[in-house]
Amino acid sequence: MTVDLSQFIPSFLEESFEGLELMESELLNLKEGDNETIHSIFRAAHSIKGGAGTFGFDKVTEFTHLVETLLDEMRDGRREITSKDTEILLESVDCMRLLIEAARDDDNYDHDKVEQTTSRLAETLGDEPSSDSDNQSENIVAASNVCGYTINFIPEHSLAKTGNDPLFIFNALAELGQLTLSADCNDLPALVDIDPQELYLSWQLTLYTDVGEAEIREIFEWVEDECLLELVPIADTSNTSQDIEVLAPEEEPQSQSTTTNQEQLASTQNASSAIAGAKESTAEDTNIPATAKDKDKAKAKADVGSIRVGVDKIDNLINLVGELVITQSMLSELGNDFDMDKVDRLTSGLEQLLQNTKELQESVMRIRMLPISFAFNRFPRLVHDLAIKTGKKMELVIKGEQTELDKTVMEQIGDPLVHLVRNAADHGIESCEVRLAKGKPEKGTISLDAYHQGGNIVIEVKDDGAGIDRQVVLDKAVEKGLIEADAILTESQVYDLLFEPGFSTAAEVTDISGRGVGMDVVKRNIQSLGGRIQVESTLGKGSCFRVHLPLTLAILDGQLVKVGSETYIIPLIAIVESLQIDNKLINRVSGDMVLYRLRDDNVPILPIYQLFNLATKCTEIDKALLVVVEADGQKIGLMVDDLLAQQQVVIKSLKDNYQQVAGISGATILGDGSVAMILDIPGIIHMALAQAQHAQREKTDGNASVTAEVCL
Amino acid sequence: MNIQAMAQDIPVEGEHTMEGVDFITSGDQYLTFLLAQEQYAVDILCVEEIRSWEQPTKIPNAPSYIKGVINMRGIIVPIVDLRLKFSIGEASYLDTTVVIVLTYQSDNNSRTIGFVVDAVSDVLNVDNADIKPAPAFGGCVGPQYIEGLINSENKVVTILNVAHLQKVEPHRLHS
Repeated sequence: MTVDLSQFIPSFLEESFEGLELMESELLNLKEGDNETIHSIFRAAHSIKGGAGTFGFDKVTEFTHLVETLLDEMRDGRREITSKDTEILLESVDCMRLLIEAARDDDNYDHDKVEQTTSRLAETLGDEPSSDSDNQSENIVAASNVCGYTINFIPEHSLAKTGNDPLFIFNALAELGQLTLSADCNDLPALVDIDPQELYLSWQLTLYTDVGEAEIREIFEWVEDECLLELVPIADTSNTSQDIEVLAPEEEPQSQSTTTNQEQLASTQNASSAIAGAKESTAEDTNIPATAKDKDKAKAKADVGSIRVGVDKIDNLINLVGELVITQSMLSELGNDFDMDKVDRLTSGLEQLLQNTKELQESVMRIRMLPISFAFNRFPRLVHDLAIKTGKKMELVIKGEQTELDKTVMEQIGDPLVHLVRNAADHGIESCEVRLAKGKPEKGTISLDAYHQGGNIVIEVKDDGAGIDRQVVLDKAVEKGLIEADAILTESQVYDLLFEPGFSTAAEVTDISGRGVGMDVVKRNIQSLGGRIQVESTLGKGSCFRVHLPLTLAILDGQLVKVGSETYIIPLIAIVESLQIDNKLINRVSGDMVLYRLRDDNVPILPIYQLFNLATKCTEIDKALLVVVEADGQKIGLMVDDLLAQQQVVIKSLKDNYQQVAGISGATILGDGSVAMILDIPGIIHMALAQAQHAQREKTDGNASVTAEVCL
Repeated sequence: MNIQAMAQDIPVEGEHTMEGVDFITSGDQYLTFLLAQEQYAVDILCVEEIRSWEQPTKIPNAPSYIKGVINMRGIIVPIVDLRLKFSIGEASYLDTTVVIVLTYQSDNNSRTIGFVVDAVSDVLNVDNADIKPAPAFGGCVGPQYIEGLINSENKVVTILNVAHLQKVEPHRLHS
């Protein structure tokens, strides 16, 4: 029977990415002597290697093997854990991710980065931990004291039944070096007694190799419990220089078969870590576009990914469905012979049904909810890298990572958050000297916090750095012509300037941030999710960016309104207030613009029937109702015929079968099965502006033609 | 109105129906319908369902031939009045007015759109060879929508190209 392995690839990929995430976060926590952490990193690497081997992703296997070897040395205490090693391991994790992504997409990967990391890994592995000197040739001498092993392999008879084939093991061993073996068939019973499914042989193997004992044992890992295994090292008696030359080339192709000659040259040149570091930074610079592209691709793919749901959530769902079934059967029994006496029972039954449906809806929505730690997980690494790049000292504090958020929102909030954290690290946190001089702790703190507030989730990115200098922002805005020099702005208006396209107060542009591209994108992304961003800052104390997001994108609280014969839904979050129009407060200004005085504000009135070209009887302003909505800091009054109920609606896209419609963000299905459009408030404001400009242009054009006629 | 039932009603005369199974599996079946008095046809495999006319929800500022959207079992389906789109006959909504819901599967997405027609008439079995190109004299229906013509008894049936029908022409907001 053959099993189609490819059906397991998606779960392998998913597990691998999880494993990589685990490796990354554990590596960042790695401290000297923390064996448990090393073990879990090692286990993650090992299962990725095993899986990749099974599915034939050779590149991944090869690379992970190197990583594993290094980890193994750490695990056995043969190597001290230095920050340099951790860096290399972190980079290796990146490479593994690249390789696995390439394997998934069947695509090319960033060869340079992988090869460079490979050579650095190999170089690090070459460093014998016990020796003080970095001299490689000495290490080889040290390593080649043992040139091979005699292996006694006596499997249990049932070994073959567990799906292990000794032949595979021998092939794997043969790849490590020169292998000779002899089979021992003393246990072989007489032909009539042989059970064809049992294994009666045992072997004695001699392997000439320079790899460690652990690696050989690893090959036997799967059969360890079902065999007797003895490894006896063969001491190298002829420890001469000639031997080194023979062994050295043997090691190279085995450990880094992807390496070209050029790379070998590079790796020897890179012996001193300073050069290696310098090269790494330049290579990383050139790699930025490539990795950015990869990320896009990964994101595009991730959209259709699967989701892991806790069993408790599923159980809850099943319970609710059970209750729903009971209610349904109760109602249908009631309906079988119904008379007016049973109205009370019917009402209570319907109430129960309502309750069940609501709970069911809530728990189905909860399935889409993931703890925000999924989005936060990448930040420890990011801050770690930024700290190295900027040479500042900083730590990341994460709070509220169990706060749950809709999966779609989570996927889209990641990038804006990265931007905010980068800004905090680059512009916010000062260098150590400045911090000390200001009497602050040397180490800067960036904190990420998430919590629920009403129906929203709030994500805070806070730093205890320099804060935002209002004057600098103002000066820059004046310089860029965004505001008049003598404009008086409120605090929040000043901070809003930060989100203008092309705005940057950074004195110099670094490769991390400061180009002024980004904050406007951050704001746009957050707005497209139906959220908003708030800035608080105290000069010298730090700043805080607060992102408010709706919990989910699939459902929204809406106010149903009637315009003519149509029903529309206005998102409740956008509504400031609804009111009956008082004729005295209506002002007509500058021609045909109608303003409504709402306390201190003048709100332009926008009749929906005009905007959407609908027929309605209710065209007189004073008979209609006004729903004041706000978006982008602009208030407008939507004129509607009537206010109906408030209810939660499920958002359906119009784009699937039709196209995006101006002023409409989607559609929903109402209780009676009819479709109602959901108004897109920012879109409507935009439309109204465009229409006004159009009308104005037409008017001036009209005037121009009139004068032309007069001239004729 | 059920397609399956209609398919059963095919008169037993051609060799296609003699082979029995063939008429289910062959792609050469077309659903014909009436616009004014003219016969049109679409590939039957694209037909999702045939509904009676119901007043759809209007889409703001849409062209007049897009009547709006309806809820088809939780899917939002736009409704296009073919008579208005092709300017054939009168767009009157009677009891016999029906909506043919077509789903077209293109490379990366599928689109479901309902088309208002005067009446559904028949299912035709057509050999590919019998489809003749339409004369290039034009008419109300743009040439890109016409896949070809077939002669059925003494009438001419226009086969419409579903892929082109399904394309939503971006329309600008008219002020």
